[in-house]
Amino acid sequence: MTTASAGSAGELRRDRDAGWIGGVAAGVARRFGVDVTLVRLAFVVAAAAGGAGFAAYALGWLLIPAGDSRPSRVRIRTGRAAVEVALGTGLLLVAVLLTLRELGLWFSDAIVWPLFLIAAGGALIWRQSMGEPADTVGRERSASAAAVPGAVRAEAGPSVAAPGRAELAVAEGRRAAVAISRTGIGIALVIAAGVVFLQATGALGAARDVLLALIAAVVVLAVIFAPWIVRLLRSLTEERAERIRSQERAELAAHLHDSVLQTLAMVQRRAGEPTEVAALARRQERELRAWLSGRPAPGQSARLAGALEIAAAEVEERHGVPVEVVVVGDRELDTRHEAVVAAAREAMTNAAKFGGGSPVDVYAESADSRTQVFVRDRGPGFDTGSIPPDRRGVRESIVGRMKRYGGRARVTSAPGSGTEVEIVLEEEQ
Amino acid sequence: MTSPEPPHRPDPRVLIVDDHQLFRAGVRAELEPLLEITGEASGVDDALDAIEEQSPDVVLLDVHMPDGGGVEVIRQAAAVTETPPCFLALSVSDAAEDVIAVIRAGARGYVTKSISGDELADAVRRVHEGDAVFSPRLAGFVLDAFAGPAPQPESELDALTAREREVLQHIARGYMYKEIALRLDISPKTVEAHVSSVLRKLQLSSRHELSRWAAERGLDL
Repeated sequence: MTTASAGSAGELRRDRDAGWIGGVAAGVARRFGVDVTLVRLAFVVAAAAGGAGFAAYALGWLLIPAGDSRPSRVRIRTGRAAVEVALGTGLLLVAVLLTLRELGLWFSDAIVWPLFLIAAGGALIWRQSMGEPADTVGRERSASAAAVPGAVRAEAGPSVAAPGRAELAVAEGRRAAVAISRTGIGIALVIAAGVVFLQATGALGAARDVLLALIAAVVVLAVIFAPWIVRLLRSLTEERAERIRSQERAELAAHLHDSVLQTLAMVQRRAGEPTEVAALARRQERELRAWLSGRPAPGQSARLAGALEIAAAEVEERHGVPVEVVVVGDRELDTRHEAVVAAAREAMTNAAKFGGGSPVDVYAESADSRTQVFVRDRGPGFDTGSIPPDRRGVRESIVGRMKRYGGRARVTSAPGSGTEVEIVLEEEQ
Repeated sequence: MTSPEPPHRPDPRVLIVDDHQLFRAGVRAELEPLLEITGEASGVDDALDAIEEQSPDVVLLDVHMPDGGGVEVIRQAAAVTETPPCFLALSVSDAAEDVIAVIRAGARGYVTKSISGDELADAVRRVHEGDAVFSPRLAGFVLDAFAGPAPQPESELDALTAREREVLQHIARGYMYKEIALRLDISPKTVEAHVSSVLRKLQLSSRHELSRWAAERGLDL
């Protein structure tokens, strides 16, 4: 039994593969080269003789680190299952202890009950502060870190990565809550152990006096040192705020240098080419606006408004026609709404190409379960009954695409009154 | 004088207030052939002096300036003259709270600086005639501010009517008032009435979003 396990025989390690419960007996047996059955027998005898075996086993489980082992097949996760298992184990132990008490195999109430409570509470605190949860966090972190580049590569882009990040944050929050409640229950159990012990030995009154004296001392010291502590804390906060301010200043300078100053330099060099200068200025303006309003930088928006702004900027740059975007309401992009953005981009491109250089107005409204985008130019317009077959843009990329995704698109135009494309997508039932 | 059109008022006299000299010069060059420019001002105090001395009809007002910006000019204008001019906000600002704050302080419209000279002159004339001027961007801001359920108890100032919403959506989509009238089968004057009504609600509503924005800019409206 002892041969299969990894790890040198010199160290005392719990052997979880060979063990029945926590591998304490198996680990001890391996370390000292005795048969594991003998060790187990010793624990059982000690347990029968007043419960010392339980305490010894529990201590061994807590204090002896686990040896390397295959991940156990049954992983107890946090949640209801874990609570039920813990409750069940606790009740079983209580039952065993009560049986032993009836049988007369018993030290005294003043020792066994507190020990039991301390063991339970201590186990909770210890497991929380060292042990498995830290492992779990690390593992899930690295797993999600591995998932993000994968998602980006899968061309779906940041829209896939973003929910992953949000989920991770939620999971982390839940873990923190679990950790706090676990530690809290553990501490309560340990304190209860102390109170039970004091009560049983009749020393509770004395302990209360000591506690009162202690509280009085703490209050006196707090009053004496309060101004000094407050001053210290305040100066620390001020220092921190100052550091943050200077960091922000440095960041601002770096950003302006990379963006605005670069653009100004380029504008000076190309002063003779007005269209190019105008395009440069528009692009810089968009970028700066996005930065000022805290929206994600161009090229990486996972929301409708941001994605439309990016599309507009690209069209504007390629065709040299101003595209004004107004968005009311916003929403996360899913595949269907990405189709809306793609169709809107196609409509903007058409408006820029055939709108006779007139400015393009884009209006998007996303509310309740409905997203609408209007793209309008004030160009010459055309007869919608006679879209030339070579104008695949309108038919395939706009109307066809929206139909495929369960939405619709309509082109309104007449010679002399401009063109408007309306794209509508309702939430799926 | 049998024409149903209202009598044509003389061209408005315009004061340009902006802290960027280059921008003032640009606007002046574009408007000079179309309207009468009384002068320029580069800050709040400057603007108040100019309003007192030149008594312009319309003030083209930059939203963002040192010492409080356009909001301060509008608030203090009543103290320096008995007949305060109309204000038209003109800004590159993208932030809804800045624009809404200027409107709530009393400006009769908001246009972005990318507007063409002709359109700007037209907007100035309309403001002078008592109309409200909404750019697509302002229409978007207003729709955003009035989105969601009205606060309790509901006042008629706290919600837009279906027709007002429709008109604003058309403005946001880039339609001119005349085109909107045609599309909705109403008269251009009715469109204008809807926009003016929205402006009134914007200035007087106690909607939470509007009040919050105003409060952030130090307005006790």
